[in-house]
Parts: sequence; C-alpha cells; structure tokens
Amino acid sequence: MSDLIATRNLTRVLPETVPVTLVEEITLSIGKNEFVAITGPSGSGKSSLLYLLGLLDRPTGGELAVGGQDAGSMSERERARTRLAMIGFVFQFHFLLPEFSALDNVELPMRKLASLSRPQMRERAAEILSSLGLAEHMKKRPDQLSGGQRQRVALARALANDPPLVLADEPTGSLDSASSEQVFSILEAMVRERGKTVVAVTHDVDMANRMDRRLHLIDGRLANAEATA
Amino acid sequence: MPLILDIAFTHIAGRARQTVVAVIGVAVGVGFSIAMAALMQGGQDDFVEQLIDTMPHVQITDERRSAARQPAEQIYQAVEISGLRPRDDRRGIINPTAATAWLDAWVPGTFSATLRAQGVMRYRSREASASIIGVEPEDERAVSPIVGEFVRGSFDALASGGNNVVIGDRMAERLGAKFGDTITAVSSTGLTRSFRIVGLFHTGTTARDEGEAYMLLKDAQILAERPNIINDVTVKLRNPYASPAVARRIEAELGYKAVSWQEANEGIMEAFIVRNIIMYTVVAAIMVVAGFGIFNIISTITHEKARDIAIMKSLGFGQGDMQRMFVIEAVAIGGAGAAFGWLLGFGLTYALASIRFELDAGGQEITELPIAWSVLHYLIASAFALGSAAVAGYLPARRAARLNPVDIIRGAT
Ligand SMILES: Nc1ncnc2c1ncn2[C@@H]1O[C@H](COP(=O)(O)OP(=O)(O)OP(=O)(O)O)[C@@H](O)[C@H]1O
Ligand SMILES: [Mg+2]
Repeated sequence: MSDLIATRNLTRVLPETVPVTLVEEITLSIGKNEFVAITGPSGSGKSSLLYLLGLLDRPTGGELAVGGQDAGSMSERERARTRLAMIGFVFQFHFLLPEFSALDNVELPMRKLASLSRPQMRERAAEILSSLGLAEHMKKRPDQLSGGQRQRVALARALANDPPLVLADEPTGSLDSASSEQVFSILEAMVRERGKTVVAVTHDVDMANRMDRRLHLIDGRLANAEATA
Repeated sequence: MPLILDIAFTHIAGRARQTVVAVIGVAVGVGFSIAMAALMQGGQDDFVEQLIDTMPHVQITDERRSAARQPAEQIYQAVEISGLRPRDDRRGIINPTAATAWLDAWVPGTFSATLRAQGVMRYRSREASASIIGVEPEDERAVSPIVGEFVRGSFDALASGGNNVVIGDRMAERLGAKFGDTITAVSSTGLTRSFRIVGLFHTGTTARDEGEAYMLLKDAQILAERPNIINDVTVKLRNPYASPAVARRIEAELGYKAVSWQEANEGIMEAFIVRNIIMYTVVAAIMVVAGFGIFNIISTITHEKARDIAIMKSLGFGQGDMQRMFVIEAVAIGGAGAAFGWLLGFGLTYALASIRFELDAGGQEITELPIAWSVLHYLIASAFALGSAAVAGYLPARRAARLNPVDIIRGAT
C-alpha cells in the first residue's frame, strides 16, 4: 500500500452525556507527495479529523493506517514514536513552551529524536527559523513574539525532524497576506521539492485552489467525493 | 544537559517560593532525624560501652544448662526421658587446672578463675551478707571493673599477705568499719576467720558496693572449706563482640554454662532494637510529612503545565518521559532538602554535643550528652527523604503522564 494515510469509516464521538459526533464515517486515502486542503465551516470537525490523522486522538470507530501501519494496533509508545519521526503537526493555536526560546522550541523534537549532535540541531533549527523569516527573533521567548511569528515558530518546530507528513491546522490563519504567502510557499516547496506530504486546514479559498486536492467537511462528514484538481 | 532535566528545572525554577518551602520541609525532617539518630545511637553506644567495661564478656559457672543424658537414653535410642532438671549440686568446676590451661591456650583475651561463696561479714555487733569472691589478684585485675575504683587502699594490697579483704564502701558503712579495721567473715558452713580491710572501692553500682568482698583465692577456699575448687571464670576478650562464639565453644568443650554479655543482657539488647524500630518509624513519619510538601508542588506543576504536557506528548514525547520528568523534579527537591538537611543535622548534632551540664546521680557525673557521629545516619535519613520524594512525585506524575493530549488541546481552544 503506497498510501501514506488511509481511513475507512473513521468516526470520533465524544462520550458526553449527550454524545457529540466530531467526525463521522470518513473514508479517504492520501498518497505520498500530495498537497491536500481540508476546508469546511467552523465547527465542521476539521481540527478533529486532523488530530485523528496525526495520532493525537483515538477514533471511536472505523480504521486508520498511517505509513501503512494500522493505528488501532499501535501501542502508546509506537504512536508517540510515529508522531516524533513521521508527523509534523502545526496546531491552530501555536502551542509553544512558554519558558523556552524560539530556537529551543524548534530543537525540542530533535532532542527527543536524538539523531543529530547538539551543534547540528542548533544549526538546523536556526536554518529553518531563518527560512521562515525569523532570523532576528530566534532567542526570544513566545511571549515576546507576535501571533504570526509564534505561528511560524510552530511551523518550524513541525519541520524540525524532517517528517514525511506535515499536518497543519490553519497555519496561515493569523498571518498577514505577505507572511501567509511565505508560509504557504514553504509548505508548497515541501511537497514540490522535498517530496513531502502536506495536509492543511484552510479557510482561504484561493490557497485551497492552489493545492492538489480539497476535502470539504460539513458536520463531520466528507461532502465532496474526492474532487481532484 | 539532557532535555528532560532541562525542562524539569525550568518548571522548578518557575515556582521558586513553593520550591523553597518544600526544600525546607525536607531539610528540617532530615536534619532532625539525623540529630535524633545521633542522640539515640550515642546513648545506646554509651550504655553498651559501660556494659562491656563492667560486665564479664563471658562468664563460666559450674552450672549445667541441661540435664545430662541418662544411661537409658544412651543405650536405647527410642528412650527419651523428659522433665529432668540439670544437676545443681554445684561442686565447682571439675579438674580446674586442666580447664584453665585449656582456656589459656586459645581464648583471645584474659580470664580470672575465682571461687564465689556466700557468707556474712561481721564487725562488732553488725552484720552484712556478702558475696565472697576469692581471686588471684594478678588475674583479676585484668578483668575486674573495681580495680580502678578505690576510694581508699588498693586492689594490689590483697596480695601483700594472707587474711586481707577489700570491700565496697557501702558495706563498710553498714558495718561501721573503717579502712584498716579487722572484720570477721562467716562462711555458710559456719567457719569463722578474721580479715583486715586493705581497700575500699566505690563503683557506683549499689549491689557491688554493698555486697562484694574480695580476698585471695586461697583464703576463700579455706573459708568455704572447698580447697582447690573454683566455680566461676570471668573472661575479658580483646574483641568483646566475639563473646557469643567464644561462649559457645567453651560451653561445648567444658560442658559448663558459659554466658556471653550479650546473652546476659538480652532484655536490654531487645529493648534497644525496639527503640530503634520506634525511632525509624518516627523518621519515616517525618519524611511522609515532608513528602506532602513535595506532592503538593508537583501536583501544582502538573496542573499548571497540563498544556505543556499535552504539547510535548503531541510532539512525540512518551508517557515515560513525562513521568520521569516530574519524578526528577520531586527527587531534585528531595535531594536539595536532604543536602540542606545534612548541614542542619550536622549543626544540630554539633550543638547537642557541645552542651555541658552538671548532674550528680548517685555519684555519677554526666557532663555531656552521649552523641554518636555516623555517616549511616545521614545516609538513612536522605534515603528516606529521596524515597518519600520519589513516591510524592510519582503519584501526580503518573496521572499527568496518562493525560490524553487532545483532551487538553480541545479544552484550550
Ligand atoms: N470538548 C468538546 N465538547 C463538546 N463538543 C466539542 C468539544 N470539542 C469540540 N466540540 C465540537 O466538535 C465540533 C468539531 O470541532 P472542531 O474543532 O473539529 O471544528 P473545526 O472544523 O476545527 O472548527 P474551526 O474552524 O472553528 O476550528 C464542533 O462543533 C465543536 O463544537
Ligand atoms: Mg479547528
């Protein structure tokens, strides 16, 4: 199976007193080197779907395979390992560690993976931050950065371990048009030049149209049956 | 620095005040535990030392511990005779010359063979019952605690001729006799002889000072009408802690009851064990209380940092990493507390050791507290502290590590 992500009837229901269905019966497959947009109105379950694909959440129904491996049969440890090495996740809200500088935050996943020496990590982290236009702000802590800068640091952190799959939840949501364009072109270059797979939630129709595929969610369900550009 | 340590210290540094309180809690616990242990151990050592100084290390008497095997038992295997009591006709140690020669050959220390007999001392119209102890002064001086305790005369004066006696000062008081007076000794068989008091001792032990009378072995044997008999051997070993083994060997070879000082003071030794158990229970309780402080701070941190835990877990950090991180934080606080506790404990022990006071208890003057300095106390107290810290950190850490990251992320958005 060459699909990086494959789901069948993927469902996630929150077990509240009145159960809340976040995503329902989603069947899709995403191959290597694809640039996929997830669109849909607010509250339609875009973030929830991304959490499932990123192995951050466990489905209550259906099947999910990431990198050809059945996620349901992975141990907690294997899931953590897969997140670390295979998946870069950018949250809708930046979620940086407040006590650490931008550079330290980007180094965090590298230090956990520990496949580079410390100076190499530092060098790589600085390189990624510079490519995102943050060369001047590497030593600052998150509370000394603007919202857009934080979002770019979070993107840099997601790219730190050079994962084959990047999942981004509205990575350009809080950026001005120039910065959004910069972030978008970095994601695009990941796909076009580096052979990565990027799945990004976006509200920007223009941007969605420049990507390979659009998955439209309404009330937790896939609305379009695989419209390919 | 490893990543997890790095993050752990950031967390602690972010809660300086609470950390200081927790560290102080542990430090006070460790410090007082160390000082208490030093005092308790000191008292115990002091007491045991006195026992070792004053008690025979092994005492051999002419008693037997169990009844001899009966002829019928020796002949027929199936025969077993119960309810027999050991013989107690107390004839003295059979063949004393061979026995003492045998002891002389291997016992690592010195010994004194004596004859103990009951009798009465009489001076004018007054009487006092006495343990009459016949000794060879050269042998006895090496094993007896009274030698250095003379208020008048000396132990050596015994050797200066026949019919000399040394008694305790309290006995002299009861008899109304003074140094140099001649008193009459009456044996249990009614034989009477006169002795001159050539020494008065004061050991502080009333039973001794009131009841013991030392004379030459020859004189005692004549008085008791038991020529050439000895019935009591007092052994002092170079290593007092070898006593049980030595006693066992003597008893096995000679057949007479040989009692080590440990056996003779079994009750006291057991009391010490109970005392130590109580002490370490108190130490454990103190550490549990100190552990609450650590539990409190780690719980706070795990709540406060729930979002960070979620972030790190979503990046690919495992449950184990998170757990380790908080346990490290707890142990670091415990370790810092233990280190300050060592200083505090050392200071307290030093202060206790330098207290001086006058106390006159029956002539015994205690002028300072008995203190034992032992690295072991420091190690035990800090082991308790670190153990308690690890548990106090582990409990909230386990819960925090199990958090599902998305539950927190969903709550935060
Ligand atoms: N803890 C929760 N309890 C109950 N309902 C929840 C909870 N979390 C999310 N939901 C609901 O689940 C649905 C899907 O949420 P999700 O965050 O996936 O939407 P989204 O498409 O990402 O929206 P947005 O574009 O605003 O980010 C929403 O309707 C939301 O109200
Ligand atoms: Mg969302």
